Amino acid sequence: MSAASSIRQWLDDRFGWDELMAFVRHKTVPTHRFSYFYFLGGMTLFLFGIQVVTGILLLLYYRPTPDGAFESVQYIMTNVRFGWLIRSIHSWGANVMILTAIAHMFSVFFLKSYRKPRELTWLSGMILLFLVLGFGFSGYLLPWNMLSLFATKVGTDMAAQVPVIGHWILVFLRGGDDVSGATLTRFFGIHVAILPGLATLFIGLHLFLVQRFGMSVPPSIEAEWKAHPEKAREVRFFPNFFLRELMAWYVALGALGCLAAFRPWELGAKADLFGSAPAGIRPEWYFMFMFQTLRFLPAKIGPIAGDLLGVLVFGLAGAVWTFLPFFDNDKGGRGKRWIAGLGVFALAYFVGMTAYAYLAK
Amino acid sequence: MEREFGVRLSLESGGKIGLVDGALGLCARIFVACLFCGVLFLFSASRLAAQTKNTCLDCHSQLDAPYHVDPAEYSQSIHAQKGITCAGCHGGDPTSSDMDKAMSKAAGFKGRPERKQVPEFCARCHGDAAYMRGFNPSLRTDQYSQYLTSVHGKLLAKGDDKVAVCIDCHGVHDIQPPNDPRARVYPVNVAHTCGACHANADYMKPYKIPTNQLALYDTSVHHKALVEGGDLSAPTCSTCHGSHGAAPPGVSSVVNVCSTCHVFQAELFDSSPHKDAFATLGLPGCVTCHSNHGILHPTDAFIGTSDDAICMKCHSSGDPGYEAADKIHAQLVKLDASITRSREILNTAEQAGVEVGQPKMELDQARDDLTKARVSIHSVSLSKVEENLEAGFKVTEATFKAGQAALGEASYRRRGLALSLIFIFATVLGLYLFIRQLERKPS
Repeated sequence: MSAASSIRQWLDDRFGWDELMAFVRHKTVPTHRFSYFYFLGGMTLFLFGIQVVTGILLLLYYRPTPDGAFESVQYIMTNVRFGWLIRSIHSWGANVMILTAIAHMFSVFFLKSYRKPRELTWLSGMILLFLVLGFGFSGYLLPWNMLSLFATKVGTDMAAQVPVIGHWILVFLRGGDDVSGATLTRFFGIHVAILPGLATLFIGLHLFLVQRFGMSVPPSIEAEWKAHPEKAREVRFFPNFFLRELMAWYVALGALGCLAAFRPWELGAKADLFGSAPAGIRPEWYFMFMFQTLRFLPAKIGPIAGDLLGVLVFGLAGAVWTFLPFFDNDKGGRGKRWIAGLGVFALAYFVGMTAYAYLAK
Repeated sequence: MEREFGVRLSLESGGKIGLVDGALGLCARIFVACLFCGVLFLFSASRLAAQTKNTCLDCHSQLDAPYHVDPAEYSQSIHAQKGITCAGCHGGDPTSSDMDKAMSKAAGFKGRPERKQVPEFCARCHGDAAYMRGFNPSLRTDQYSQYLTSVHGKLLAKGDDKVAVCIDCHGVHDIQPPNDPRARVYPVNVAHTCGACHANADYMKPYKIPTNQLALYDTSVHHKALVEGGDLSAPTCSTCHGSHGAAPPGVSSVVNVCSTCHVFQAELFDSSPHKDAFATLGLPGCVTCHSNHGILHPTDAFIGTSDDAICMKCHSSGDPGYEAADKIHAQLVKLDASITRSREILNTAEQAGVEVGQPKMELDQARDDLTKARVSIHSVSLSKVEENLEAGFKVTEATFKAGQAALGEASYRRRGLALSLIFIFATVLGLYLFIRQLERKPS
């Protein structure tokens, strides 16, 4: 018996390895004109893996204190072998991961992959999206430079607009009334312990649900295949689809390397708690559409403060979006057009407001 | 019997005051007290009315020049703000609408003083320390005594009333405190106030002094710092010449004037061979090289042996000063070039993506060393200058090496990236070919 066979036997006796491999071998992925969108979920998972590995490496040198944070990042960038590469990949990877997560969400929306029986897959995915945005928000403060300090001030100020519990949220996030060293320590704990723990849980759930229900086929393709069964196509997940995903992952890795080498993430100026905000301070691109909306709103709209109304509307929109599968009765007709219209509006609003925020002076 | 407030207290009942008597007495006391307060109030009110009432402006706002006074302009002035009416300076009765009464000698009317009377006129209040203390205890009250020592004051005493008197610099009815930007003597405005006379060639003809000071000052670093930079501590005319005691500093005292700000340069000059040499030749320190009004930002070209160099005004080829100037100039230029070279290489490395914040910060030290070297040339001692230059050269050498290392690192990263991309491309191509082969096989 060869070594490989012995190992396979050992694993099968304990974990049902053959049964698992049989499932993997038989898992298929539908092939149609929208199949490329299936790569987005795997890409997001791959980038999350990159973040975990680079994050662990950064943890070996990073110091989460106001006196040590900036200096430790500077040390990583200048003195640690390949520190510049790991740090830049981590920073760029975060942005690319958030981009692919948002793209994955919109592709699932437009391909209607959230329909029964995949409602919980959508819900767990939305929770993962919020966790990923939380990663982005908490991680942005950790280099402890002026931009990150004031972006965190602006961001946590927005949290204070939530009615009733807004101030409590603000104090909880900041570890006090103002952004300080306590905020840094707190965000560090959230970024490296709380969020990874929650993310692991929900990724596990999300992947289980995806495997449980298989890949969804868009309604138009479903109808096409129902009418013409001979047109239905599928490939095996392993190795065919997986190898294609691997190609995409390698390309993404190369892209991250290029970004790290040609556009390394800047160090900036060390945070000064008593300094004034840099001119043109704004949050990262994934929060810009909300930031720009709040800037457009007047101070008062009737009896309600403009900022408060903005936060309430975004909250409501987020809730509707999250529980979308329970609004879409999948019966077609006007309901279907309403949902599609909402999606187009949401995407256009997100892209348009973000572009406007960067292009307008 | 005692009278209190004019009310007779009767103690004829053996010292005991009856109830009715006591009540009446109390009422009487209260009545008289009210009467007294009322009279006091009316008296104060009328006096207050008398202080703020200013009938002078009722007429003088309607008259033409030279009797016209703009009430809006006057109300904004410091005198009006402090409650001083026209009568405060000109005398008379500002409460009376009758011109004869308002401007009567009996009411103390003084009228408009002649130019030569103006300093003394203003000094009646501004030279009275006790009086001025009521408005601002920290205001000086020696302006008039200072003025008498000035060129303006001495010429006025000789009967020349073309010279500046108080109103020429401070205004008449629109006087503002010197720290008010509207004031003619606000630091930013001083040069143009002085220039109103001193830059007027026709006006200044009898005095046979230059009239290009304002034009020269407007080209100077001091003017740039004050007007463009907003640095109110930068010198203007009054800083060097004095304000009320204005006079040009003497040849031997110019260094003292400049050294109130330029302390190190003055100390170095004092220990240099130039001090005695300039004194012997009757040349003013500082001004001989830097000029007085048109002081430009010094460059390394000032020192040396080129045609533009100031040293060549006195020194010639072969003398020790010539040799020292030549060497100093060469070293200054060398360090400046070295700093530029380091900065360029660090900028290139930064654009290539390498973090060079630390060497850039260290390079600032070299710039400081160059500045110190430029200051130390006032000692005209090569050894003193070289002391500072040496420190600067050490820094530029280290930072240039850091820049070279950073460029090397950038090159190493790009080579590494190229290798990785080749590997990635090869892997992707391999996967693609493998997939094609896999999918060609019959299932």
